[in-house]
Amino acid sequence: MSDQTDDHGHDHPKHELSHYAKRIYAIRDLLIEKGVISEKDIQCQIDYQEARTPANGAKLVARAWIDPAFKARFIADPKAACAELGIDATAINEFVVLENTPKARHMVVCTLCSCYPRPILGRPPDWYKSFNYRQRAVADPRGVMREFGLEPADDVEVRVHDSTADIRYLVLPVRPANTEGWSEEDLAKLVTRDSLIGVVDPLTSLPE
Amino acid sequence: MGRAVSEASAQFKPGDRVKVKFEDRPGHLRTPWYIRGKKGWVERVYGEFLNPESLAFGRDGLPKKTLYLVAFNQTDLWGDAAKNRDKVLVDIYEHWLEPTGGDAP
Repeated sequence: MSDQTDDHGHDHPKHELSHYAKRIYAIRDLLIEKGVISEKDIQCQIDYQEARTPANGAKLVARAWIDPAFKARFIADPKAACAELGIDATAINEFVVLENTPKARHMVVCTLCSCYPRPILGRPPDWYKSFNYRQRAVADPRGVMREFGLEPADDVEVRVHDSTADIRYLVLPVRPANTEGWSEEDLAKLVTRDSLIGVVDPLTSLPE
Repeated sequence: MGRAVSEASAQFKPGDRVKVKFEDRPGHLRTPWYIRGKKGWVERVYGEFLNPESLAFGRDGLPKKTLYLVAFNQTDLWGDAAKNRDKVLVDIYEHWLEPTGGDAP
């Protein structure tokens, strides 16, 4: 079944597969053979997963920075605000925006598994799912931030959210000080994935 | 938030001091170990949700459980290692919480 020269319509990787990868391919082939799902269903789902990227989060944040009324709606009803910008957040049960201020900043983790606002940010980075991050984000958040290059002042309150249940969290970072008059498009380029998880601040100049 | 939050049936309200029950039993428990037995306070009442401890085993998740955002001082969780105002905030279902005394934060 995992022979790449077979003729059932798709290629399999040519390198040696791990136990779990072999099992996944076997289950996929069985589901297709039995007509439970089709090749096309799988490809559509892959496309859907890949289409969701941190660019969605950046778009929301940039709009919130330039439009105070939108920002108020984004915090009051994040899913409706997503719909305004054409971002489909309906797959999230509950969605909460954590607004950073000069005196309080937020950081998100899921210590139990890897809960993450996927419809907004796409798939989580590997480090987000690592035991190291999951353990240290709650026990030593400042140490984690330092490794990402961020050192919050002592009088800034760090608020770590452990998303253990139905709520998905997104950080709304503070707008960089030197960006008066910038366009929404340029502002969005400053909003990195990691700044939406809260381990760093947004960029302060446009990436190369 | 985009849903009606039914706080009427909620046992706790924002500001209430609560203690996380120290329980261990088999099952899909969404309460992390590091806060079991710890004291914090309710920050926010999120409303009622299907019970994941039931959903995880293919059951209907009923009755729904009230979900809270509960805040803990870093110092209350990890001791003197964290001498600051930093907080950890965890989503906890009502059946894991009990009322407790102590100073308001």
